[in-house]
Amino acid sequence: MSVQNVGGRETDGTDGTGGHGVAGQRGEARPANGPGQAQGGQSGAYLAHFRVWRGDADGGGLEDFRVEVHEGEVVLDIIHRLQATQASDLAVRWNCKAGKCGSCSAEINGRPRLMCMTRMSVFDRTETVTVTPMRAFPVVRDLVTDVSFNYAKAREVPAFVPPAELGPGEYRMQQEDVNRSQEFRKCIECFLCQNTCHVVRDHEENKAAFAGPRFLMRIAELDMHPLDAAPEAGLDRKGTAQDEHGLGYCNITKCCTEVCPENIKITDNALIPLKERVADRKYDPLVWLGNKIRRRGQ
Amino acid sequence: MAHVDRQAWDVVVVGAGGAGLRAAIEAREAGMRTAVICKSLFGKAHTVMAEGGIAASMGNVNEGDNWQVHFRDTMRGGKFLNHWRMAELHAREAPDRVWELETWGALFDRTPDGRISQRNFGGHEYPRLAHVGDRTGLELIRTLQQKIVSLQQADEQEFGAYDARLKVFQECTVTRVLKASTSGSAAGSGKVAGAFCYERESGRFFVLEAPAVVLATGGIGKSFKVTSNSWEYTGDGHALALLAGASLINMEFVQFHPTGMVWPPSVKGILVTESVRGDGGVLRNSEGRRFMFDYIPDVFKEKYAQTEAEGDRWYDDPDNNRRPPELLPRDEVARAINAEVKAGRGSPHGGVFLDVSTRMPAEVIKRRLPSMHHQFKELADVDITAEPMEVGPTCHYVMGGVEVDPDTAAANGVPGLFAAGEVAGGMHGSNRLGGNSLSDLLVFGRRAGLYAAEYAAATAARPVPDEREVDAAEAEALRPFSAEDEQPGAVHDGGPAENPYTLHQELQQAMNDLVGIIRREGEMAEALKRLAGLRVRARRAGVEGHRQYNPGWHLAIDLRNMLLVSECVARAALEREESRGGHTRDDHPTMDRRWRNINLVCELADGRTEADPALGQIRLSRRETPPIRPDLLGLFEKEELVKYLTDEELSR
Amino acid sequence: MRLRGRAPLALHRPPTGSTHRKYPPRRPTLATGTEPSSQAGASGVHAASRAAIPARHLRTDRWWLAPACTAAGLLAFVVYSTWRAFANADYYHAPYVSPFYSPCLAQNCQTMHGGPNWEIFGPWWGLSPALLILIFPLGFRLTCYYYRKAYYRGFWASPPACAVAEPHKKYTGETRFPLILQNIHRYFFYFAVLVACVLTFDTVLAFRDEHHRWGHMGLGTLVFLANIVLIWAYTLSCHSCRHIVGGRLRHFSKHPVRYRLWGWVGKLNERHMLLAWCSLFSVGFADLYVYLLATGAFADPRFF
Repeated sequence: MSVQNVGGRETDGTDGTGGHGVAGQRGEARPANGPGQAQGGQSGAYLAHFRVWRGDADGGGLEDFRVEVHEGEVVLDIIHRLQATQASDLAVRWNCKAGKCGSCSAEINGRPRLMCMTRMSVFDRTETVTVTPMRAFPVVRDLVTDVSFNYAKAREVPAFVPPAELGPGEYRMQQEDVNRSQEFRKCIECFLCQNTCHVVRDHEENKAAFAGPRFLMRIAELDMHPLDAAPEAGLDRKGTAQDEHGLGYCNITKCCTEVCPENIKITDNALIPLKERVADRKYDPLVWLGNKIRRRGQ
Repeated sequence: MAHVDRQAWDVVVVGAGGAGLRAAIEAREAGMRTAVICKSLFGKAHTVMAEGGIAASMGNVNEGDNWQVHFRDTMRGGKFLNHWRMAELHAREAPDRVWELETWGALFDRTPDGRISQRNFGGHEYPRLAHVGDRTGLELIRTLQQKIVSLQQADEQEFGAYDARLKVFQECTVTRVLKASTSGSAAGSGKVAGAFCYERESGRFFVLEAPAVVLATGGIGKSFKVTSNSWEYTGDGHALALLAGASLINMEFVQFHPTGMVWPPSVKGILVTESVRGDGGVLRNSEGRRFMFDYIPDVFKEKYAQTEAEGDRWYDDPDNNRRPPELLPRDEVARAINAEVKAGRGSPHGGVFLDVSTRMPAEVIKRRLPSMHHQFKELADVDITAEPMEVGPTCHYVMGGVEVDPDTAAANGVPGLFAAGEVAGGMHGSNRLGGNSLSDLLVFGRRAGLYAAEYAAATAARPVPDEREVDAAEAEALRPFSAEDEQPGAVHDGGPAENPYTLHQELQQAMNDLVGIIRREGEMAEALKRLAGLRVRARRAGVEGHRQYNPGWHLAIDLRNMLLVSECVARAALEREESRGGHTRDDHPTMDRRWRNINLVCELADGRTEADPALGQIRLSRRETPPIRPDLLGLFEKEELVKYLTDEELSR
Repeated sequence: MRLRGRAPLALHRPPTGSTHRKYPPRRPTLATGTEPSSQAGASGVHAASRAAIPARHLRTDRWWLAPACTAAGLLAFVVYSTWRAFANADYYHAPYVSPFYSPCLAQNCQTMHGGPNWEIFGPWWGLSPALLILIFPLGFRLTCYYYRKAYYRGFWASPPACAVAEPHKKYTGETRFPLILQNIHRYFFYFAVLVACVLTFDTVLAFRDEHHRWGHMGLGTLVFLANIVLIWAYTLSCHSCRHIVGGRLRHFSKHPVRYRLWGWVGKLNERHMLLAWCSLFSVGFADLYVYLLATGAFADPRFF
């Protein structure tokens, strides 16, 4: 395996090898889309070195492939080419191929990413691209993992409580009041944040007690929803975030935010505000006192 | 066949997109034990790809809007081929379906007075689409998903199990709708009795027994090469319905969305939302001309601006100006782009330019079209706030589908089978308006769930699946594994095992080239010939490996469905000798009023299917549509109706 | 051999006889069971259910660079500030007082003309007066949401970087003592505001000359100005501040003023990390500047 040290290449994109944004290369690449021209040299297509983890719960390992890459392709395209030409039973989960459904989560060169949103042009042509399944979840086969943990956690978060006094069509909310929750509802549930969060990634035993960034963010979303009637229904979303969903496990090291393909500011806008709300409820004697007095007064 | 797992449910919903989930919610709330079965993970359905919004005449932005106007727009968009009753129900009920989403936690964009904001869209007279930026589909699917979870939480409280009355079987495929034995005295002979399924993860077969099955499987786009649809869109529901004895209508009408990405090749076809144009984006050719002004058809002449100046004024003053022709119905825009490219005025990668960068400040673009901005930045390295996009038509939606009763969504001819959403036909006529899909899912998803529940509750003796059907379904699903064993040229239809991926690619190519956006008689005849050849070879589609999460095997199974629906499309398209909506004939370029009330119906041809795959599997017939109710016809001006309806219809 | 056709199939498990003949088994088949598998106690990415990948991570970029720089930067500041805090000398050179020693709360403080001398602690306090006041900015920064990330990653390797396995066997995060105390960040914020007020006062005092006459400026005044701006920016960009100012509200539309404030704090908050480092550097530099003046190593260039 060639060890290329190309730190920071994912953002700079200026190495030119991908040729995106370079008008001349676009023009050259066009006739090269037919098969069999991969080694043409001057064309946009080239042979890449891929290492893909294959196996299942009983074991497995990285398998080497040489595979054709065309200009403008993403990692998922290459996985599909492997399926169609070299390994028809290579298991991979995918769906929309446009970064909207969050199915094709995997780890590419050790970094949790969506395969459909990782362009081949971010890699050096001589670089080995290693693709493995997400490593925080049980593996099913090849690149497919068992993400049922996330669905179990989703069920543990109490749902939106509609206000009793409002019927359908009577909801009035201001845009500035829904902005915060709308940001969190951009989530495509790719579970990359759940995968990268060291609380469960590195500590299987914490899975029982910790909902993970995605579902703590869901609690924040509901707590900031302008019409959620949970308090009226006797449900304390803040307190339970800490007591039942493991917010205290989060040490705000921001990996969830780093990997989020939707660029949701999970830590700054959801988890920390939620921690502050918990502090209001549980760790702030002034607020506690204030609430006590106010309740007396009523 | 004791070894196939069986579970009994009241209602089985196939598909977990908008229609499927809405149906499941309704059936469960009606007290039925409901199973949802879907090919992807829960919450990943293709509905997430919907961008623009949900059409519903709430009148929040323009008070002139009401269901009658929505109905009118829908019928115009479908060129009067729509089933009028479905269009009526849809227009009447859509607002309630949207409002109810809010009570389940949906957060739409707001108007200044706090109501749901609505945006303009092609073919809609008023701003009508409830939306969340350009990710409305995601909001819809997530809201429904979370509603299902909340119902499961309630069941957990009551019964101690989340799955007690509503269960999602994710990553499972249905390969057959099972019916009760027609011979003998078994209960419910000929009626739906369940579904034959397999788990994609393990390859394990199982049978869900239920008196009512709701098909909500979406569309057929994966039969075409350039498509905005995901891999799931293999026409499963269409094929399941056909195989169960139901009929499909309007299959010749396939909508090509005018604006799909054309570059880079790997994302060719991915959708560029119509809201880009609704919010001010314009189409230009390589000469910089706003060419849509040259393509306004006669039937729309009065409704659209004739000059750029008027079109531009419309965005701010819609009451005193006519809308720009970029917002014509999708079929018109797609054809216009196609014509421009053919005339050599296309963009470098074979599309045209769609420009918002010169029309709106960068900040506004980022706020109103965030996912488009993201999509182009990430996938094409194009900054849409600074440069135009390159777009071209992409296969997007099939108007045709299972022929259903408009009120109950029950499939004609198969008791216990229901269909809703894209898999159902009739609602959109020859062309669907943007935004009408999501409202369709909700309106008819709910109806399908409601009436399936009613039907299941009224079933006294549960129909028992015919054992022979179960055996046959299992053998059929396993065929790709035995194909691999054949020696090349030895037995079994006399040929070597075929790679399912190759077959799929050839099918997509054939459909794209020969039954695509512009159609010709000779090409479609050629398509049918190729389809016959592919059917023969598909019998030998073989796969390696084993049944555990084997994508090659899954594709081999889906090929049957794609071949079936492709034949429907090709046959119906060959038969309809006119151009209307999503069906454009080069050799019959105009709309013909005599075809207005003709539906083409596809059914499975008896007996020939297994015997000789080279023969067509589909029998095509014509059916006259029911006359439009007079009070609904009264919503239109006489001069407009003259363009669509035959003289006999008008004189009635 | 491969499974085909009607062979019985267990759910979620491949059939007996691995279908992946090319791969060496990761561990002896469990059935042999002669010894506890080496993986038995393994957790995290090496847990038995996860994809069998021996490497702790497969990152090929220089992921270690950021935590290493963070650790080095913080360490340098800790060493410097410890030395200066215990030095109990060279912290006043009229008109400048080192931010490390302001306010000066003990009797043993050097008298600063018109400066922040409050003799709350009597003669019994023999240590450096810096220790009395530094607790507050130290606590503020120690419990700061940004610095927490920085030192959890840089010093504690929990985690060292995203998708790089951490070395710890157990992890309870901020659920227990002492880390549960991180929740009192907002109190340190309140104190930090007070300290920032005092430092603002010091900056005003810096508009004097060495004879305490008003209306003068030197290079030091600029240093103090820059420092106080950064200190305020850092303090106000704090996540707790953002919460208190407006984040805790449910309906922004009913509190337009606080909503606007929340928006501004939010803008600052996006640069919290940058401000944390800049203000850390500036406060150290302001102290160093006073030290250099006080020791006579350098004379303050006066403007007027």
